[in-house]
Amino acid sequence: MLNRTIAPAIIDATDFNLKLKPYELFHLDNTVPVYAINGGAQDVLQIEMVFYAGNFFEKNNGVAAVTNYLLKNGTTTKNAFQLNEAFEYYGASCSRACYNETAVLSLHTLSKYADKLLPVMNDMLTNAVFPQEELDIFVQNYKQRLSVNLLKCEFIAGRKIDQLLYGEQHPYARFTNVADLDALDVETIKSFYKEYYLKGSCAIFIAGKLPQNIEQLLNENFGKLQLTKPTFEVKNIITVPAIEKKYRIENDANAVQGAIRIAQPFPNRHHEDFKKTIVLNTVYGGYFGSRLMSNIREEKGYTYGIYSYLQNHLHESAWVISTEAGKDVCDATIEEIYKEMKGMREEIIDDEELSLVRNYMIGGILGDLDGPFHIIAKWKNIILNNLDEKYFYDSVDAIKNTGAEELQALAQKYLQPERFFELIVY
Amino acid sequence: MIRFEKFTLENGLRVLVHEDNSTPMAVVNVLYDVGAKDENPEKTGFAHLFEHLMFGGSINIPVYDEPLQVAGGENNAYTTNDLTNYYCQLPSENIETAFWLESDRMLSLAFGKKSLEVQRKVVCEEFKEHYINKPYGDVWHKLRTLVYTTHPYKWMTIGASLKHVEDATLADVKAFFKKHYNPSNAILTVAGNVNVAQVKELAEKWFGTIPSGEKYNRNLPVEPKQTAPRTLEVKADVPLDALYKCWHIYPRTDDRYYTADLITDILSGGGSSRLYQSLVKEQQLFSNIECYHMGSTDAGLLVIEGKLVKGIDIKKAEQAINEEIKKIQATGVTITELEKVKNKTESALAFEDMSVMNRASSIAMYELLGDADLMNSELEKYRAVTAENILAETRIIFDENNCSTMYYMSNN
Repeated sequence: MLNRTIAPAIIDATDFNLKLKPYELFHLDNTVPVYAINGGAQDVLQIEMVFYAGNFFEKNNGVAAVTNYLLKNGTTTKNAFQLNEAFEYYGASCSRACYNETAVLSLHTLSKYADKLLPVMNDMLTNAVFPQEELDIFVQNYKQRLSVNLLKCEFIAGRKIDQLLYGEQHPYARFTNVADLDALDVETIKSFYKEYYLKGSCAIFIAGKLPQNIEQLLNENFGKLQLTKPTFEVKNIITVPAIEKKYRIENDANAVQGAIRIAQPFPNRHHEDFKKTIVLNTVYGGYFGSRLMSNIREEKGYTYGIYSYLQNHLHESAWVISTEAGKDVCDATIEEIYKEMKGMREEIIDDEELSLVRNYMIGGILGDLDGPFHIIAKWKNIILNNLDEKYFYDSVDAIKNTGAEELQALAQKYLQPERFFELIVY
Repeated sequence: MIRFEKFTLENGLRVLVHEDNSTPMAVVNVLYDVGAKDENPEKTGFAHLFEHLMFGGSINIPVYDEPLQVAGGENNAYTTNDLTNYYCQLPSENIETAFWLESDRMLSLAFGKKSLEVQRKVVCEEFKEHYINKPYGDVWHKLRTLVYTTHPYKWMTIGASLKHVEDATLADVKAFFKKHYNPSNAILTVAGNVNVAQVKELAEKWFGTIPSGEKYNRNLPVEPKQTAPRTLEVKADVPLDALYKCWHIYPRTDDRYYTADLITDILSGGGSSRLYQSLVKEQQLFSNIECYHMGSTDAGLLVIEGKLVKGIDIKKAEQAINEEIKKIQATGVTITELEKVKNKTESALAFEDMSVMNRASSIAMYELLGDADLMNSELEKYRAVTAENILAETRIIFDENNCSTMYYMSNN
């Protein structure tokens, strides 16, 4: 008779020998580095061109984002419709995204069409024209989206907490508003394009089933552009955190929930505490079985979900606790968040919980290494943070070997309520 | 081509195995053939609430999550109007842990009072977060009620009202479990770094002794054919007017489903699609416009929705949509357009199959539709759609008597 009360034997996930598949690296004629992971069962390909063209480099709000967006809205030979059709005809998608330091142009396609599509990307990176009419439509529609977002408590809270952490002039906390949109002009965009795309610095990340001649294809299309290899060093900028710590903002008189954000500034991945704090954070609020989730969702039912995390910024980070809770239980939720901090400071994490978290985290990394797209994403993060594979193996080591006393010491250092900004938007 | 093997245990549990030894992970996916459409109209939202309770401990195992996390695993679940799906991924060496956990909660839950009390609150917060505390959050509540008079697709998965969730009792929970959660209503898919012999042995060991239960025979009220246009005008505290138009289409297994799917791509699948180009770019009547279908098992809906540019009269915007529809009904699609949306489908299917998790859930999904092997003929079916099919279907689907329209107007 099967005894269902006894768990089957398991292999401790921490016994697994995790390996990050190395990338292949080659350089285009103009020195642009290409990091490649070849593999996968499907005949698909992903190419990401990372430019140092994020909002760190703009003088006026919104310029970096709109330049990035409008890359696909017209060249000297193709209008926006024709550019879209060029990709869509082959079932491919070319997308743009603008971040703080970087801005990305990426392609997802069946591998067999790479040779048809790379020339179109070359066209965008050589001959973009930024028509006034396209800018006008973008601005009009962006304003409309913004007007909807500004009604959402979580949107307001997300913006506000970053302003408290970094200061309103910091690129991590500078947000585009209606006045910024009205001030955008084509000439500024063109000169941003010239400086940061035509003559910018760029790194390329590719993954999937790579065509035999991928090196040649990339070189033909991007190797002759006036691009240079990035230094991967992060531009320094001064952070000006707010003085006042506690904020309550009323955004919607009919709100039934409040968006809660509790956050403190935190150093970036190069700091010695970072990797170990990731472990501490997991125990505290980083997974479904965390202290915060177990107490505030599973025990009290105040929220659908509560998480804590370290922001993935290059220059500096922040430790954030984030949840949406019933309006009448927001204060009770905050009280419990601090109570759980106290628990982390005052009581040592027992072996059972620590071992569970280690296994969970290692299993998660193992799952994250599944397939070429996941592997290149890991690498991209490491490289853009100006780190190397040692960071990966040290992180694994931190998960396996950071002891309960060390975690408690970190909790005593960081999980102090007075270090945190406290914000509710309802 | 996704290869798999299938066998059925004596208690009726269908088991499908997909081997992929390039990954160190295994996925265990358990799909139950029950969704919001199987709910009592007076107790909606129950299938989804029940999904939450499935994590509240089973008959022999006090908590579900912890042992899985100890084994290096992660899990989640979701409920739709048609089905409830539970999945976990863990290092393949520890796969037996997933069999142990999943089989015990199929055998019986712990039915703890506390779990019900807490999860009722959690689901109410989920309801508020997604459907009340958000601009346009109640759109689908209103649309479903307008479009379906009879079929249980007339309510959302989260439930027709917070009250239904608040009123759920432990007796309801037990009855629901008995009716729907048993081997004859479930499909187990195991994928990743596994082999068929090993899965057979584990499936027999852990699931083989669970009583088969009664097969639930679904007998849902059929939605009568719509015979006249329906309209609804709503006023709300939102910044922009929005327009929604819905037409009834076909069940998932009907061959005409593929034609309808391609029609949505022609109208709005990307920056070179018809509605986007004409209504957002050229005429600038909408700031965004989308055309999609619900992908439901029973006869679903084709939807066009968009937010209007401030100051545009909604009648004028609607007229412009109708012009685009008339155009496609009169002249159909070009060969290039048709090839484009077929290529898009081919690409989307390939990208979807990148992850083992997606492959596992696709296999389960198609098995639920009748045969997992259907997934391997999907592309062929899309490729077989002709320009004539599209022309004919646009004339049938976009009949004004088949249409429901909602004006969702800004109070400002």
